[in-house]
Amino acid sequence: MSAPIEKPSEKTPLLSVRDLIVEFPTRRGTLRALDRVSFDIAEGEVLGMVGESGAGKSLTGAAIIGLLEPPGRIAGGEIWLRGQRIDNLPREKMRRIRGRRIGMVFQDPLTSLNPLYTVAQQLIETIRTHMDVSDAEARKRAVALLDRVGIPAAARRIDDYPHHFSGGMRQRVVIALALCAEPELVLADEPTTALDVSVQAQIIDVLKEICAERGASVMLITHDMGVIAETADRVAVLYAGRVAEIGPVRDVIQAAEHPYTAGLMGSIPTLTQTAARLTQIPGSMPRLNAIPRGCAFNPRCPKVFDRCRTDRPELIDRDNGRHVSCWLYDSATQKVAHD
Amino acid sequence: MLAFILRRVLQSVIVMLTVALVAFSLFRFVGDPIVSMLGQEATLAERAALRDALGLNDPFVVQFFSFVTRAISGDFGISYRLQQPVMELILSRLPATLELALVSGIAAFIFGVGFGVYTALRRGGWLSSSIMTVSLIGVSLPTFLIGVLLIWVFAVELQWLPSFGRGEVVDLDGWWRTGFLTESGRMSLILPAITLGLYQMTLIMRLVRAEMLEVLRADYIKFARARGLSNRAVNFGHALKNTLVPVITITGLQLGSIIAFSIITETVFQWPGVGALFINSVRFVDVPVMAAYLMLIALVFVVINLIVDLLYYLVDPRLRLDRSAAGH
Repeated sequence: MSAPIEKPSEKTPLLSVRDLIVEFPTRRGTLRALDRVSFDIAEGEVLGMVGESGAGKSLTGAAIIGLLEPPGRIAGGEIWLRGQRIDNLPREKMRRIRGRRIGMVFQDPLTSLNPLYTVAQQLIETIRTHMDVSDAEARKRAVALLDRVGIPAAARRIDDYPHHFSGGMRQRVVIALALCAEPELVLADEPTTALDVSVQAQIIDVLKEICAERGASVMLITHDMGVIAETADRVAVLYAGRVAEIGPVRDVIQAAEHPYTAGLMGSIPTLTQTAARLTQIPGSMPRLNAIPRGCAFNPRCPKVFDRCRTDRPELIDRDNGRHVSCWLYDSATQKVAHD
Repeated sequence: MLAFILRRVLQSVIVMLTVALVAFSLFRFVGDPIVSMLGQEATLAERAALRDALGLNDPFVVQFFSFVTRAISGDFGISYRLQQPVMELILSRLPATLELALVSGIAAFIFGVGFGVYTALRRGGWLSSSIMTVSLIGVSLPTFLIGVLLIWVFAVELQWLPSFGRGEVVDLDGWWRTGFLTESGRMSLILPAITLGLYQMTLIMRLVRAEMLEVLRADYIKFARARGLSNRAVNFGHALKNTLVPVITITGLQLGSIIAFSIITETVFQWPGVGALFINSVRFVDVPVMAAYLMLIALVFVVINLIVDLLYYLVDPRLRLDRSAAGH
């Protein structure tokens, strides 16, 4: 069942998600929000995660860090962090991993910081939760970190309250908070969506630089393909709680294999091409209680054929570092096409 | 900061003047004080003489001005019924009311916040559900009924606690008589304090619960959890502090109403406080006492409001506008 993604010769990835299933039991049946999602993040790699709203991007992040909101729960699959299984850890053990080994940056910097505590109080509390250091030492680290994320006059500004900072500055503080215990993996859930266009690039740069410096891997959740193209090493495309395609960013953008990804790329305006109209994918993503049989994309797919309507495609290894879940690339299909 | 306080004090003065006007008009519209003082048999000449002596023929504004100036110096005249200075009467009974209000207010706050936090964190547990159900009873039963029920159970049936009065009191400093220092004084305080505080407690509890549930859904709580802070730090350090901002306002205002509405409890338990004094004054149309009581309660509300505003200022840094928002 499970799609073998990594080649056996490669060293173990930092994060490995295998057949992850997240379900929401409701009164009218159980909704499956993530359905057998599998991917890896290598050491020091930036993995972009794209998809429409409701495709399961943020949910994947929440599942990894163990903060799914009840009644949502992991109903199957495994999550491995550097060879250690973390999806079934006791609550207290998982708490120690949060912040320390997996950091998370949220979408809205205006609401991510507690308004009643100074930046210093929040940073020092987080550092001292995870590291055995004195108050003074934690403060020194905090100032250095704020300085690193680009807060001017950090030693003075650290005692300010969040409302003294602008949105972009607050997101820098959020990044400092997420990184202050030096996690190996950073989940960034749409870190720039709530920001001014003018500061989005700065924030992404800061995040990328610091993570690169520390060798931390990043899972960058966004629906901004531009950000992915600039930042990520590889990209995973999610559709209706399933992985449609994973591959190196350049390959996926320039030559998408999954018809959904192709549609997604066609809908992005570019300055070089003078298309009269942007292409659009007809229809909309199915609701969780009405996901069609077979491939979830089949009702909207321009290349649909009989098999798509009955059997669900698994991720197929294309042997060039790319994986795609589409019957077009199944060996049986291709043989028929060649004959 | 200073401008803020000055503005609030000015507002308070305006409120107090308005209340003084209402209190003052009591004299004019609730019966004729001359009749109350001289009785039915006095002659017209006697009445006219007294009316003149008391300055009741002066223009309204002059009378109001003298009422206010005397009120500021604590002079509310002489009680028609008891023939004693009103201020003296009220001061001698104030300690009883304040002690009762303080104890029930503090108890209501402590238990209200405690139960509120518990029911918010353990949503759906059986104990939470029971507390919520019982609190519904606390909100819906009228105060006097709770008092009577408590007397019946604990004073009549079980005979654990006294049913009326303050017990033995100890004189402090000449005018403050406290019930805290004697066994019987403390025992006597329990039932009235529960009666007076129960409604406030359930109110605070439901408020804390609702606020806490709201705060626990906030992004900064999710972010705090994502940073691996312990449950205790998240729930009590981050969530509770944010919960308390609105709770302080309501609790402060409730303290005012505890003092104001101690009338019922004091009547049920024959508590020798200001509320009981007021009820008796109403019965005998003792206008000076009624007017003074009105002013006193207004003063209590105004002062508490002022304190609450200042507390708000201390708890919530966003209100401190002494530093301009920088970083844009």
